Amino acid sequence: MNSVDPIEDERSSLVWFLAGARGIFSLPAIILMLSFVGFCSLTVQAGIPPGQVVFMTGIVWALPAKVILVSSILSDASLATAFLAVTLSSVRLMPMVAALVPELRTPKTPTWLLLVLSHFIAITAWVFAMERVQDVPRQHRTTFFAGFGITLVAANMALVGIVYRLVADFPPVVAGCLFFLTPVYFLASIWNSARHPVVYAALALGLVAGPLCYWIAPEFDILLAGLGGGTIAWAGERLWRSKREKSA
Amino acid sequence: MNWMDGWWAYAFIAIAGWLATDIWRWLGVLAGNRLRDDSEALNWVRAVATALVAAVIAKLILYPTGVLAQSPLWLRLGAVAVGAIAFFLARQKPAVGIATAVAALAVGLWWLGF
Repeated sequence: MNSVDPIEDERSSLVWFLAGARGIFSLPAIILMLSFVGFCSLTVQAGIPPGQVVFMTGIVWALPAKVILVSSILSDASLATAFLAVTLSSVRLMPMVAALVPELRTPKTPTWLLLVLSHFIAITAWVFAMERVQDVPRQHRTTFFAGFGITLVAANMALVGIVYRLVADFPPVVAGCLFFLTPVYFLASIWNSARHPVVYAALALGLVAGPLCYWIAPEFDILLAGLGGGTIAWAGERLWRSKREKSA
Repeated sequence: MNWMDGWWAYAFIAIAGWLATDIWRWLGVLAGNRLRDDSEALNWVRAVATALVAAVIAKLILYPTGVLAQSPLWLRLGAVAVGAIAFFLARQKPAVGIATAVAALAVGLWWLGF
C-alpha cells in the first residue's frame, strides 16, 4: 500500500529542496564560488561588461566552457569557431549527465524535468550529486538536486554581479591568486573525479599538447590539443589495456 | 560590428555558450542509461574531452592574463608542483592541493614584491 498524504508529501518536498540548497555551504561549492570570483576577474581583464558576465554564468554554467568562451572572445574568434571550441569542450557533459540521470529518476519522472535539471550539471554539481544523492530517498532525489543546482547557479550569478566592481580594486597578490584558482581547481577536481584510467592519460597529454599546439597553430590550439592529445591517450590506454588482458 | 555591442553579444553567448553546452546535457539525458559505460566510442570521447580541458589548464598556467602575466613562469610551475605534492600526500584531497598551490603562489608573489 502506498498512501502518501499529499500535504505531508509536499512538506517533505520542501524539506528535501532545502536540504539540497544547504549544499551551498559544502567545500566543493565554496571552492567553486572562489573560482567564480577568479573567473570574474578574468572577464574584467577581458573587458566583458557585467551584465554579460552574469548572463553567461546563468546560461552556460559550466566553468571550463565559459573560460573557453571568454578566450574565444578575447582572440576575436568567429561565432562558428567559438561554437566549435565550446561544443568540443562540453562533450564531457554528456557522459556525466548520462551517468547521473539513472541515479536521479524514478519510473514516473518526466523527461522534460530531467532536461531542465540537466542544465545545472557541471563538474561541481555532478561530483556533489553523485556523492550525496545515494542518501536521499529516490522519490525526492530530483527535488534535492534541484535545490542544490538552482541555489548554486543563483548564488554564483549574484556573486559575479556583486564582485565584478570589486575585483578591479583587489591587491595584485589577491587578483593573481584568484586567477590561479581556476586552473588549479580544474586539475585537482578532474584528477579526483576520474573514474577511468584513460582520463589520467588524457589529462597528462592535454597539458603537454596544449602549449605545443599553441606554438604550432595558435588559432586552433585547444581543438588540436584535445583531438590529438585525447586520441593518443585513448589509443595508448587501449593498447596498454589489451596487452594487460593478454598477459592476464 | 563590435561583438560587445548590445544584443549581438548576448546572441553570441547564447549560441556559442548556452547552445553549445546544453546540447550535450540534453543528449546526456536522452542517452541516459542506454549509453554503455564500457563502449570504446565513449572512451575516446572522454579522452578527447579531458585533453581539451587539460589544454585550457596548461594555457591558463603558461600564458595567464592580468597580474600573473608579469609573474615568472618558474613561480607558477613551482606552485602547481608544490600543490600536486601536497595533493598526493593528503590522499588526493582537492582542497589541500588547491590551498597549497595558491598559498605557494601568494608567498612567491609577495616575496617578489607584487
